[in-house]
Order: sequence, then structure tokens, then C-alpha cells
Amino acid sequence: MRAARVMLVAGLVFLYFPLLVLIIYSFNESRLVTIWTEFSVKWYIELLQDEQLMGAFFLSLQIACATAFMAVLLGTIAAYVLVNFGRFPGQTLFSSMIVAPLVMPEVITGLSLLLLFVGLSELLGWPASRGAMTIWIAHVTFSVAFVTIIISSRLREMDGSLEEAAMDLGATPLKVFFVITLPLIMPALVSGWLLAFTLSLDDLVIASFVSGPGASTLPMVIYSSVRLGVSPKINALATIFVGMILVGSFLVWWTMQRWQVYATDKKAAEG
Amino acid sequence: MKPLFAHLFANRFWVIAPPYVWMLVFFALPFAFILKISFAESLIAMPPYSDIWSWADDGFQWLGSINNYLFLLDDDLYYTAYFNSVRLALVATLVCLVVAYPMAYAISRLDEPYRSLFLLLVILPSWTSFLIRIYAWIGLLKNNGLINHALMSLGLIDEPLVMLHSDFAIYLGIVYGYLPFMILPIYTNLVKLDHSLVEAGYDLGARPWKVFVTIIFPLSMSGVVAGCFLVFIPAVGEFVIPDLLGGPDTLMIGKVLWQEFFVNRDWPVASAIAVVMLSFLIIPIYFYRRIEMQRLEANK
Repeated sequence: MRAARVMLVAGLVFLYFPLLVLIIYSFNESRLVTIWTEFSVKWYIELLQDEQLMGAFFLSLQIACATAFMAVLLGTIAAYVLVNFGRFPGQTLFSSMIVAPLVMPEVITGLSLLLLFVGLSELLGWPASRGAMTIWIAHVTFSVAFVTIIISSRLREMDGSLEEAAMDLGATPLKVFFVITLPLIMPALVSGWLLAFTLSLDDLVIASFVSGPGASTLPMVIYSSVRLGVSPKINALATIFVGMILVGSFLVWWTMQRWQVYATDKKAAEG
Repeated sequence: MKPLFAHLFANRFWVIAPPYVWMLVFFALPFAFILKISFAESLIAMPPYSDIWSWADDGFQWLGSINNYLFLLDDDLYYTAYFNSVRLALVATLVCLVVAYPMAYAISRLDEPYRSLFLLLVILPSWTSFLIRIYAWIGLLKNNGLINHALMSLGLIDEPLVMLHSDFAIYLGIVYGYLPFMILPIYTNLVKLDHSLVEAGYDLGARPWKVFVTIIFPLSMSGVVAGCFLVFIPAVGEFVIPDLLGGPDTLMIGKVLWQEFFVNRDWPVASAIAVVMLSFLIIPIYFYRRIEMQRLEANK
């Protein structure tokens, strides 16, 4: 047990050390990433003035939001089907298509989707051009898998007797779903949304394949800049990124802890 | 209006249809296209490949060829790249397992709220950009990077260790990037472990090591296997890690495919590479699907 705890701490240091160094050196005056000269925020100012980067950032943000909504919509239905419908024709194919994107190498997904888009536009004239729209479709396709897994495990843990009671009282399946099931699985929907959002915001490989001229997402711009070498501007960007996610997730965790404490206190008070 | 809507909802087909059709069109159908293009020839046109069949006056005509596959067989580069990818991914997966298992175990034995806090700490990095996390290692591993700088100023080494652009950097990158994906499924299993079994083992006089080998590890096996697949399969086709951290000698197939596509603009050869990669990943993907479905059903 002690050995395992030591490993946990060592593993966490391993996970966070590179990020920490990245953050520290984003405040370095010098262009060199190894030598500390003096504290400065000039890379942040340069970052904000970089129109290409900011444009790509907003494009990525839009795609990520749209992806998250669609992935949660499709993922909720898929999870509901997988958990509640029992066996139906074509179920093996369905569950395969839901699970396989979790492990499919990105280069294969990216290339195959591009060939689909090119083939379809030859055959049907759609999609006429590649850009934000095709990236959105690609991102939804691989995010649905992750969202479905999250929501279906929540659905499985859920107490089914409430749904049955509503059903017995004469509610239609649709009403049961929106009034009973949906509020109960809301936390899973929120984490599924956040996961799909970050997956989309993070994707370089698939977006590079399916994007067209003019539509560069943030990871694509970061990648072309990283290829030219380490730059403190990218460190500054990474710091903002990591900071947002750390603060955001910690707040969610904290709220949930508080909420749990509140719920237990309330229960205790009532009981 | 209501009866119609209720009828539609009661009809399972319409509930299943949206995700089913979406995944069929955008996940399954593309594989037919990739297979088709892998038999085509590269052209300087848009799209840059030839037709593989035609419907002319004399009926159906097959125009495809297996030249792209013969080309892959012919050149050592592709063989080496496939072999390297599997080797690097396999070793990195094992290292990942050795690091992840104790971490998952330690977290599963913590009390709330520390358990969810530490779980969050493990997951958090994977919610930040993968690209940026791999990029962070460039600055650390470079010849004039932070680690070499520190070791040299401590007087431990006289000249910089070559760490970037090597196998070592790729192993490190995969372990670093995929560690949470190994920890999570193992943790999910361990947290449900019935500890009375472990206590029974101790009561019967088993040593800690023996309890681990005969009780704890076998009970967490499905998590271990799921975690290994979750790391190994995507790592084989990894592009970002070999591109940023690997060197010219450490070819991986994901990078080779990328270069065929983006640098040589040879879509048919890139498709053939993908088809071959998929054909030997299909077996692990099949087993992964099985274990994932079993795990999902076991929750109920």
C-alpha cells in the first residue's frame, strides 16, 4: 500500500511537472525556453495581438460548442437504446460503431472521412466544400462514442423504479424520459458535453485531414508553429488553456462536493 | 398531434435511427471508401485518384489494381514502420500498465473526498491539449533543454544526453499521453473490489504479494485488459508523438501515412497503408469491443 501511494505521488509529479515548467517559462522575458532571464508578460500581449491565432481560437471554440451539443444529443439516444432496448436487429453493428471510435487511430478516421467527403461531393455534390462543417461532422462522429459510454454507465447505475412508477401512473414513455430520466442523468450529460467539447478543441489529426483551405483550427495553427520550434508564445497559450481547465474542473469538483455535503446534511436533518 | 408523436416514439426504429444512421454514414461507410481508393492509382487531378470501375457501353469494367499493396511490400520502409509502431506501442503499453496499476490501486483505497480529488488530478491533464502536453516535453528533452541543463550544472554529465528524437522520447510520450486511459479502467474495477476477499486471504496467512497475485490482480483483469487495448491500439497509429518527439530513424506508421497524404499527396498509397494497419488492428479492436461491452453489462 505504501509503495502504491509513493507511485501515485510520483505519477502525479510526472503528469504535472512538464505543465508546470511550461507555465513558468511562459512568464520568461527571453525567447530561449531554457534560460530564465526575468519576469514578463510580453508573450501574452503578443499572443493577443496574433490575429491568426485568435481567429483559429474562435473557430475552434465554435466547432467545439456545436460538436458538444450534437454529440450529447446523439450520445444520449445511443446510450438509452443500448441500456433499455435489449436486443434489436443490427445491435452488434450498432455497439461496434459506438465503441470502435474510442480506440481507432486518428489517422485512419481522418483519412477515411476525407475520402467519404470527397467521394460524396463527386456523387451528390455534397459537401460542396470542406471546412468548419466537415470538421464538425468528424468531431461529432468520434465524440459520440465517449459521450455514450459516460451516459450509459450513468443510466445503468440509475434506480429504475422511479421510471416504472411514472409508467404505472400512466405517463407516456416520452414524458417519463423528459420528466424522470433526463433530470436524473443530467450530471452525465454535463460531463459528456464537457468531454466532447475538450475532445473537439484538442483534435489536430482528424481536423487536418477533413479541413479545407481557409479553415484552420487552433491545434492546426499551434502545430505549424510548434514545427518551427519551441516558442514562448505557445507556452503562454498553453498556460491560459491549462489554467482555464484546472480552475473550471476544480470549481465543478468543489461544487459537487459542497452539493453532496448539503444533500447529506439535509437528509440527516430530515431523518 | 399527440397520438402521432407517441406512435413515433413508441416505434423503436425512430429512436434508434438518428445515432444509427449517423454512425453508419460517417463511421462505417468511410471504410468502404478507403478500401476503394486503395485499389486506385494516383493522378494529378482533383480528386487525385483514378476510378476503379466504369459503366461504359460494354458494361461493368474493373480498372483497379493491387499495385499500391505490392508497393508497400516492395519497400522496406513500410515494413519497418509497421514493425516499429507495434514494438513501440507494445513496450509503452506495458510500461504504462506498471506505472498505472499502483496509482489506480492507491486511489481506489483512499476515502472520499480524497478519492474523487485524486481521480480528478489524474484525469485533468488529459483534458488539456494533447498537442501542448507533448510539446512540453520538447523543451525538457532537448540537448540544450531543461533536463540536460540541470544534469550538467549538477556535474552529473559532461555533455548533453541525446533524449529528443529517439525511441526513449517516443516511449515517454506515449506513457505520458495515455497514462490516464490506463488508470481509469483499472480504477473502475479496483474500486468495486470486494475487500472481504482480500482480508480472507490475509486471515488465511497469505503474504501481501501472494494476495495481490492470486486475488487482487485476477479480479481486476478486465480493467487491465481494457486499459491495455485503450492505450495500445491508438498508440500504434499515433502521429503527434513520433512527429514531435521521434527522430528520422524511429518511423511509425501513423507518421508515414500522414507524409504520404500531406507531403507526397499520394492518396491511394495512404489508403493502402490505412487498410493494412486496420487489418492487423481489427483483432485487438474486436477483443476490445467484447471486453468493453461485457464491462458495460457487468455494471447493471
